[in-house]
Amino acid sequence: MTGIAFGPGDASTLAPQVNALFYALLAFSLALGTFLTLLVVVYSVKYRKGSDVPREGGRLRPMPVEIGWTSATLLTAFAIFAWSAHVYMDHVNPPPGAIVISGLAKQWMWKFRHPGGQREIDELHVPLGRPVVLELGSQDVIHSFFVPAFRVKQDVVPGRGNRLWFTASKVGRYHLFCAEYCGTEHSEMIGSIEVMEPEDYASWLAAQGEGETLAEGGERLFHSFGCSGCHGQSAQVRAPDLAGIWNRPVALASGETVIADAAYVRDSVLMPDRQVAAGYRPIMPSFAGLIDEEELQMIQAYVESLGGQP
Amino acid sequence: MTDQAASGYIGGRMRPLDWLLSTDHKRVAWLYLVSLTGFFFLGGLMAVLMRLELATPAGDLVGDDTYNRLFTIHGIIMVWFFLVPSIPATLGNFLLPLMIGAKDLAFPKLNLASWYVFLLGSLFTLFSVVKGGVDTGWTFYTPFSSLYSNSYVSAAAFGVIVVGFSSIMTGINFIVTTHRLRAPGLTWFRLPIFVWTIYATALVMVLATPVLAASLTLIVMERLFGIGVFDPNLGGDPLLFQHLFWFYSHPAVYIMILPGMGVVSEIIPCFARRPLFGYTAVALSTMAIALFGFLVWGHHMFVSGLSPYAGVVFSFFSFLVAIPSAIKVFNWSLTLRKGHVSFEPPMLYALGFVGLFTFGGLAGLFVAAIAVDVQLHDTYFVVAHFHYIMVGGMVTAFMGGLHFWWPKMTGRMYSQLWGTIAAGTMFVGFNLTFLPQYVLGWAGMPRRYHQYPPEFQFWHDLSSAGAVVLALAYAMPLFYFGWSLLYGPPAPPNPWLATGLEWQTSSPPPKHNFDRVIVVKGPPYDYPHEADDPEVKR
Ligand code: HEC
Ligand SMILES: [Cu+2]
Ligand SMILES: [Cu+2]
Repeated sequence: MTGIAFGPGDASTLAPQVNALFYALLAFSLALGTFLTLLVVVYSVKYRKGSDVPREGGRLRPMPVEIGWTSATLLTAFAIFAWSAHVYMDHVNPPPGAIVISGLAKQWMWKFRHPGGQREIDELHVPLGRPVVLELGSQDVIHSFFVPAFRVKQDVVPGRGNRLWFTASKVGRYHLFCAEYCGTEHSEMIGSIEVMEPEDYASWLAAQGEGETLAEGGERLFHSFGCSGCHGQSAQVRAPDLAGIWNRPVALASGETVIADAAYVRDSVLMPDRQVAAGYRPIMPSFAGLIDEEELQMIQAYVESLGGQP
Repeated sequence: MTDQAASGYIGGRMRPLDWLLSTDHKRVAWLYLVSLTGFFFLGGLMAVLMRLELATPAGDLVGDDTYNRLFTIHGIIMVWFFLVPSIPATLGNFLLPLMIGAKDLAFPKLNLASWYVFLLGSLFTLFSVVKGGVDTGWTFYTPFSSLYSNSYVSAAAFGVIVVGFSSIMTGINFIVTTHRLRAPGLTWFRLPIFVWTIYATALVMVLATPVLAASLTLIVMERLFGIGVFDPNLGGDPLLFQHLFWFYSHPAVYIMILPGMGVVSEIIPCFARRPLFGYTAVALSTMAIALFGFLVWGHHMFVSGLSPYAGVVFSFFSFLVAIPSAIKVFNWSLTLRKGHVSFEPPMLYALGFVGLFTFGGLAGLFVAAIAVDVQLHDTYFVVAHFHYIMVGGMVTAFMGGLHFWWPKMTGRMYSQLWGTIAAGTMFVGFNLTFLPQYVLGWAGMPRRYHQYPPEFQFWHDLSSAGAVVLALAYAMPLFYFGWSLLYGPPAPPNPWLATGLEWQTSSPPPKHNFDRVIVVKGPPYDYPHEADDPEVKR
């Protein structure tokens, strides 16, 4: 990756679609821009002061001209919009069967954990041709996961999970940048994505050895933080059983109903008083300040693993 | 000052207090012009330092913290202390009453007060820079700005809030002036386009600036009292800030370009000796831009985790807002048709504006297209795009306006040769600086990086070389305008044979602007239609 960069390189299934749109826009704007420039230059030269060309007659009436080019630009704008919205909406949801990798952004590094628990920092190995979903969280400020060669970028906003997906289409090593300014070492918050043949990826994973998966880590924390003391089977206090709640509706003491998704689990841990489950006393302590983003990701994964709606 | 030019509003005693305490809109315009020039060169200096740092991939000239402070203060100065007030507070202040045949603005004291408020706020921010700097970027994104930055964020934000009040004061003043003080016969559709754009800008200033004040106040409160609106750990939402900020800052983009469009709409008809083509369409598209500008803030947040449906809607509106701008470009081009075009420095700047604005605007289509913006957001493509509009557009228009009205403002002419050289150098330097940045952005170079992978160096070097040329070009007018002030030949009342009321009084104008009663009987831009005009045949 040396020499002069003329483009981002194409290494995902999304790249050709974005390229088509980009280069079409480029051709269109160069054509229109050149046309307008020529118009100005030709008129300026032809009608320069003292030039000997007839200027009488042939006046354009503004009204039809204005209506003409307003509708022409409107139609062009609609066409570009429709194309781009189509490409974009097409790519919102990942196809089934994706590998789900979790990622954590913090000042100033990227941490990743594969489904088998293998962990990496500022580096991510992915297999060729298989959709990869990244579930991203931020420990501190807003960061942005950007892989130019994949045409993907997603801000990682603290306090909420952000997701992105891609299917790599070319073996190689690609830049990972943090695209959202995040403080002192923003420009050092870079890394690389290694796209490997599926067999190589499998043997790479095997060589790393199995680590603790997110859900396993969550289970460990569930005990060490004392959650199980209230939520466990043999608990002395009355607290809701977390098995089976994932992505299912939960009735709140306020009379509302919410879906027990990742954000709900997160809020329950950090701000338990905000949404109290119906029929329980609000005795759960807040864990804000005690638990970090990665641990929250683990607990969310653990609650998910206890079952519910996938 | 010699006898002849030292007449009109400039004449009389030249003690500093006669300027610092004068409520004459023409003198207040000069107060603004001098302070804005200072800020422009200060902000420009930061830019040059950044470009020098980026000449090599390694972060060697300045460290990361210093670099972050440089781009932050460059942005704050250029946006709030230069671009937003630039044309409105200087040329607008000077010309609005003249163009509508009034003696002064509606509230002359408020006008002077607005300058003091501006100075107070901007110096306060500068003070925070001297104390140690701000490293949040001009966008102040939370929770970095509210919880994590260890720099003087509150002080800088406070200064910006104060400067916002000066914007609001100016806005109110211009709105009331345009409504109440037009000369008899000067109906809305006889107003010069410059007045339309200043009026639209004033509306946006009054409507949008309070939101900026509110969002920055929330940051200050969050830093001082931990109120938690933007803190996710207290149930706040960091993205709320972006919504508030861009609700101001997108319309502010139009504050920063509309007056430039106004200037160009004055210059082109004058040097083409033709009425502005499609006057009504240009006037109405000005108002349309001001209105649509409030509907597109979300296009800054396409990758922030906004709902995809909201993203698509914002993308749609962003395409809509491009249309009134396109209409203007078409109309300027067609104004040249069958004219008698000449190429004095103001016209060179105006034509330069049309070209640069067009290519900046076309780049806007790329970033409005949501699927492509995912790639381009927060890269150098965006940097190039808004510099084409803000610098290639607004600053070029500002230069054009200065060259156009300089004889009116000072009563003196300047060197046409040097004006031409500066305009040409600026055009070359500008494109050399910012054209490579489009390529950089598409190739994936993120913004706000003080070091970068080596394959980007070639483009960065072109850009840095361009920046040096550009800096030279911007320095030139300082000299020949300075020379003109002291030794320039006296200017006649109407050196360019332009229409418009401001040209019907002496150069420089008398203190009360006109020595006679103004009554307007005809349309604007009443330039000779046929070649038989003796002045044109000259
Ligand atoms: C002192 C006992 C106690 C401890 C310790 C405790 N909880 Fe709770 N938790 C409760 C009670 C009681 C409720 C129901 C009332 C409420 O919603 O606040 C609850 C609610 C919840 C809910 C919402 C469940 C639903 O059905 O709506 C989740 C999720 C949760 N806790 C997770 C945790 C986790 C994770 C921990 C450890 C980090 C933890 N809790 C520690 C007592 C506790
Ligand atoms: Cu970053
Ligand atoms: Cu915008």
